[in-house]
Amino acid sequence: MLASESKQHYLSSYREYYGNGRSRSPAWLKALRESAIGSFDRLGFPTRNDEEWKYTSVEPITSQSFERGRQPEAVSAETVLARSFTDAECNRLVFVNGIFVPQLSLWRDVPAKVRVQSLAEAIEHDDQILAPYLAACARHEREAFFALNTAFMEDGAVVIVPSECRLEAPLHFIFVSMAGDRRIALYPRNLMLVGAGSEVKIVESYLGLGTGNYFVDAVTELIGEENSVIDYYRVQREGDAGFHVAALDARLNRNCHFTSHAVTLAGALVRNDVHVALEGEGSECILNGIYLLDGHQHVDNHTEIEHRRPRARSFELYKGILSGNGHGVFNGKIIVHKDAQKTDARQTNKNLLLSEHAAVNTKPQLEIYADDVKCSHGSTIGQLDADALFYLRSRGLDFHEAQSLLSYAFASDVVGRIRIPSLRARLDEYLLTKFGRN
Amino acid sequence: MLEIRNLHAQVGGKEILRGIDLTVGAGEVHAIMGPNGSGKSTLAHVLSGRENYLVTGGSVIYDGKDLLAMAPEERAREGIFLAFQYPVEIPGVSTTYFLKAALNAVRKHRGLEELDAMEFLALIRERMKLVEMDQTLTNRPLNEGFSGGEKKRNEILQMAVLDPKLAILDETDSGLDIDALRVVAGGVNALRSKDRAMIVITHYQRLLNYIVPDFIHVLYDGRIVKSGKKDLALELEAKGYDWIKSEVAALQ
Repeated sequence: MLASESKQHYLSSYREYYGNGRSRSPAWLKALRESAIGSFDRLGFPTRNDEEWKYTSVEPITSQSFERGRQPEAVSAETVLARSFTDAECNRLVFVNGIFVPQLSLWRDVPAKVRVQSLAEAIEHDDQILAPYLAACARHEREAFFALNTAFMEDGAVVIVPSECRLEAPLHFIFVSMAGDRRIALYPRNLMLVGAGSEVKIVESYLGLGTGNYFVDAVTELIGEENSVIDYYRVQREGDAGFHVAALDARLNRNCHFTSHAVTLAGALVRNDVHVALEGEGSECILNGIYLLDGHQHVDNHTEIEHRRPRARSFELYKGILSGNGHGVFNGKIIVHKDAQKTDARQTNKNLLLSEHAAVNTKPQLEIYADDVKCSHGSTIGQLDADALFYLRSRGLDFHEAQSLLSYAFASDVVGRIRIPSLRARLDEYLLTKFGRN
Repeated sequence: MLEIRNLHAQVGGKEILRGIDLTVGAGEVHAIMGPNGSGKSTLAHVLSGRENYLVTGGSVIYDGKDLLAMAPEERAREGIFLAFQYPVEIPGVSTTYFLKAALNAVRKHRGLEELDAMEFLALIRERMKLVEMDQTLTNRPLNEGFSGGEKKRNEILQMAVLDPKLAILDETDSGLDIDALRVVAGGVNALRSKDRAMIVITHYQRLLNYIVPDFIHVLYDGRIVKSGKKDLALELEAKGYDWIKSEVAALQ
C-alpha cells in the first residue's frame, strides 16, 4: 500500500466510526475530532523529506492497513504483571487492546480526592474538565500522528491530583496490545494534571503480547502546577511486530520539578516525541532515557525542551546500546526563548555500538535567543573501551563476559536513576539477564 | 614456574623489549627496577596478554605451558594476576559484583564450585581486612572516583580474592603516600607464600623497604643488565641509574 492509500484508509475508517455524528461523543469532542482529522488529511504521513523524520521511515506503518482495535482479548494478570515489571499490589489501570479492563486493575489506599479513571468513562459522563485540556493542545494541527490520535482517541488514563497531595505509591497505567490475525491500531490518550505542591509518581507501560502486527499511536498530556514534583516513567516493551509512535506533551509551571524516565526495550519501530515546556520561572526538567536495540529494531527519540521563563533548568541524558542491525536516532532540541535568562540546560546522548551493522544518528539542536544562559550538549558513539575490556579479561572474564558486563554497566547508569525501587530492581534484573550471565 | 627466554616485543612498531631472560621459581619475589622507558611496564603487559604489544621473538613458559599462546583471560584463570599501574574506572559495576564474576570464572576453570552470594561476601569481607578496606568502597562502582591509594588497595584486594600463583605488581607504589604504601605493602606481604611467586616492578627503591624481594633485576633499554640480591636496591638508591647506563655503554 502507498502512503496516499494509507491516508485514505484512515480517513474512511474515521468516516465509518465518527462521520456524520455517528459517535456518541459530546459536541466539543466531535468538533475536536473533526478538526484533528482535517489536520491529518492536510498533513498526511510524514516522509523522510521532513526534517523531523529524516532518519525514520514510517513506511512499515503506512504499507499495511491497520484496523481500529478495541477488541477484547483475554490476558492473564500474571503475564501483565511480569511483562510490565509490576507486582500484584501495585495500583494500576490496565487496558487491553484499547479497552479498560477492571478485572486486571487495582485501585486502593489512594486518597479519594485524587481522581483516576479511564478516559472513556470521563467522556461518557461528559466531564467538563477534559475539554479545555484536550482541545487546548494544538500539536494535532502540526503533527500527523498527534492528529490521528486526537481523531480516534477513545480510552486511556485520566489522573487529576489536587493541590498539596503527596502520593507515595506509584500509579501504574499498563497498555497491552494483543494482535492476532487482524492488524490493529490503538490510540491511547492520557491526561495528567498535577496540582500545586503535589507529588506523584506515574508509570506508563506499553506491552505487546500477540504475534500479529499492530500499531500504537499514544499521546500523553501532562501539566505540573506550581511547586509540584512529578516522576514520570514510560516503559516500552512492544512485541517484535509492534509499531509504536508516542507523543508526550508536558507543561511545567513555576518551580515544578519534572523527571521523565524513558525506557525502550523492544518494538519493531518506535518513535518517541517528547515536548517539555518550561513555562514557569524556576521550573526544572530532567529527561533520562535508555534504549536497547537488537535485530532490525528502529528506535527514534526526539526531544524538545522549551525554556520560556527565567531560571529554569533542564538536564537530559539518553543512552543507547545497539546490537545486530539495530538503528537508533536521537534528536535533542533545546529552545531558549528571549525571556528565559539564567537558563541552565545540559544535554548528553551516548551510544554504544556492539555490532558492525548497528547504526545511530544523533543530532543536538540548540536555539538560543537569550544572552545570559548556560547551555551544553554532547554526544558520543562508540565501541566499548579497550582498556576496560582488557582490565576485565585480565581478571578472568572472557571477551563475551567482559562485553556483557560493560554493556550492563553502561545501561545501569540510567536505570540506577529510577526512583521506584521495585521497578529499578526488576529492570536491573532484566539487564543482567539480557547482558550475560550466560 | 616462569621461564622467560630471549623475549622481544614491540609497541607501535618500536622494539621495547630486546631479549629478556628471567627465571622465577615458586615462592620467590623478584623486583624489577629500572629508569623510565626501560621496558618495565611493557614486560608486565606482555606477560598479561595485552593485545597491542607484539611479541617478535623468544618464549615464555609458565607452569610448563606456552604463556604467549594464551588469551588474557586464560592466563588469569591459570593463575596470573597483574596489579595495574593505572586501574581502570568502570562506572555502573560494583567491585563486589565484578569480583564475584571474576572469581567464579577462575574457580570454574579450576574445577571448583562457584561461590554463591553469601559465600562470596564472607570471603571478600575477610580479605578486605588485609588492605584495611571497608564495604562502602566495594559497593561503589569499580574504581570510580577512588583516590590513588584506594585504587591500589582495590588491586591488592582483587589479588587476595583471586589467589593467583604469579602476581605481577606494576608500579604499585606510584602515587601513594607513606601511609597508603604501608597498607598496600602489608597486604602484599600477607599474601606471600611458598606457592606464590611475585614480580614487583618499581622505579623507586622505597617500595622494597616494605616488600623485601629475594632477587633484584635492573632493566635497561629492553634487557636485564644486572641482577642481584636486596643490596642492589640500596646501591641503586645511593647511586641512581647513571652508573648502570655507563656500565652498559662501556660494554657496547
